[in-house]
Amino acid sequence: MILLENISKTFHAKDNTVEAVRDVSLRIDKGEIYGIIGYSGAGKSTLVRCINLLERPTAGKVYVDGTELTALSAGALRKERKKIGMIFQQFNLMASRTVEQNIALPLEGCGKTREEIASRVKELLAYVDLSDKAKAYPSQLSGGQKQRVAIARALANEPKVLLCDEATSALDPQTTKSILSLLNKLNKELGITVVIITHEMAVIKRICHRVAVMENGEVVEEGNVYDIFASPQKQITKDFISTTSMLSSVFELMEDDSPVVALQRGDVLLRIKYLQADVSEPLISEVSKRFDVTFNILFSNLEIVDHAPIGGTVGILRGSEEGVNNAIRYFEEKNVKTEVLKRCTAYLKI
Amino acid sequence: MHGILENLIPNVMSKPDELWQALLDTFVMVALSGIIAFFLGLFFGVILTITKREGILSNAVIYQVIDKSINVFRSIPFIILLTLMLPLTRAIVGTGIGVQGAIVPLIFGTVPFFSRQIESALAEVDNGVIEAAQAIGLSSGAIIFKVYLREGIGSIARATTLTVINLIGLTAMAGAVGAGGLGDFAIRYGHNRFQEDVTWVTVIMIVAIVTLLQVTGNWIVRKNTH
Ligand SMILES: Nc1ncnc2c1ncn2[C@@H]1O[C@H](COP(=O)(O)OP(=O)(O)O)[C@@H](O)[C@H]1O
Ligand SMILES: [Mg+2]
Repeated sequence: MILLENISKTFHAKDNTVEAVRDVSLRIDKGEIYGIIGYSGAGKSTLVRCINLLERPTAGKVYVDGTELTALSAGALRKERKKIGMIFQQFNLMASRTVEQNIALPLEGCGKTREEIASRVKELLAYVDLSDKAKAYPSQLSGGQKQRVAIARALANEPKVLLCDEATSALDPQTTKSILSLLNKLNKELGITVVIITHEMAVIKRICHRVAVMENGEVVEEGNVYDIFASPQKQITKDFISTTSMLSSVFELMEDDSPVVALQRGDVLLRIKYLQADVSEPLISEVSKRFDVTFNILFSNLEIVDHAPIGGTVGILRGSEEGVNNAIRYFEEKNVKTEVLKRCTAYLKI
Repeated sequence: MHGILENLIPNVMSKPDELWQALLDTFVMVALSGIIAFFLGLFFGVILTITKREGILSNAVIYQVIDKSINVFRSIPFIILLTLMLPLTRAIVGTGIGVQGAIVPLIFGTVPFFSRQIESALAEVDNGVIEAAQAIGLSSGAIIFKVYLREGIGSIARATTLTVINLIGLTAMAGAVGAGGLGDFAIRYGHNRFQEDVTWVTVIMIVAIVTLLQVTGNWIVRKNTH
């Protein structure tokens, strides 16, 4: 549906140049919800704006639905843009227009009669659950309601693609959920391909099928959301995942030198990542018996990502040096990934 | 009533027709040059907005030419502009004096100021809204008329009020070169012939007109702020 070929975008300011996007190639399939995650300044917005050519890439080609947008004239591009909806973090509604007038904007001047426009607007308002706000002005709406109006406006011309640039970043968690459900609904019911830009892994986890991780203008990792969560390769990806997970609080405790994670000589603060829910309990008790160690669980969590369970446990592994090392080796043998977060090195061998 | 006024403002009451004519002249000068300057200023303000570096039809040459011309005309004091424009005025309207002769320099004195006012009024329109309009696939014309001018109505009304009030001041100055109007009336009688009541009455009339304009302007701004 969307094909980006070797997209680069360089900004030239007075005394410096910024390579906002560097040689990015992506393929986004029809009907999927595709996430792009990265820290602020990674180039996400620039990349997504290259899809509808709000930003013209310095190099590379953009195809949407088989048409090469980068080869189109201004007029033809405008026509193609009607098939690509876009919503923004700051909603970008017209303050001087009512909700229904905002939604009608993309329908005006397309040869539609006033009645046709009115009935389409009504339909859209019902779809985003805002029928009672038709005559309100944007300033009278909450953030979530504004974003619903923006979504209705983006859907007016029945687009095939919806680009969302940090669409939930200005919203509270509850409202974020409801907007994400709406995006999910329009993806399922209308078959619209959705591209989501975010800096929150929780957003990716909730509705995306595939995800690309961006850093310094490059896509450093890409794949199914489940695979990325199960076995992230790059440090930045791990960081993003850990921020969404309860396990991250362990790191905070460690930084604060909390007594909860205070280790005795020989102790290992271990993180066990498991992929199946029923694996962990029997495995831990088996390890305890076999190597005469204890595993004192501090945190454990299990989450459902893309319909499959994923999770991990953090605890203190205590026992003889040999027992501890064997226990860790045993986990690995059983294909359970472990990560030593901290080791109390009392036995210094000089 | 009539008696009291004759005592209070004898020099005004002795020439009501002239006062009426002066008021009418001021009105004609402000209205004619105002309407023409409004559309020219709007035009140049929009051109500046869309041709600037991040504009929707960015064009450095057009921007620089208009931008620099505005700066040049704005730096010329109006009283000098009046004489400077004389040959051009004669060529356009056939005379350099009277209400007709004043209109050309009034336009030249107002358009640069108003263009700048419009430019900054339109700069207040949220860039994100312009982007959303581009993403929707609106043409540049539609973005100008449906987004910039519509979203900017409040700021444009504010700029217009300011400019019209400014323009009334300029017409009073144009009066000094024989253009007629309230300014001319006040100078001829109030200043030159020491008829102080004439000065006071014209001042009160101008203050009343300006107040009325300000109130109307504020009302339009308020009506368009949601
Ligand atoms: N119009 C622009 N002019 C100059 N630099 C820009 C422009 N837009 C973005 N940048 C720069 O490009 C980089 C990527 O920005 P952006 O795509 O907005 O990142 P993100 O959306 O991931 O936060 C940043 O360093 C930013 O300062
Ligand atoms: Mg961004």
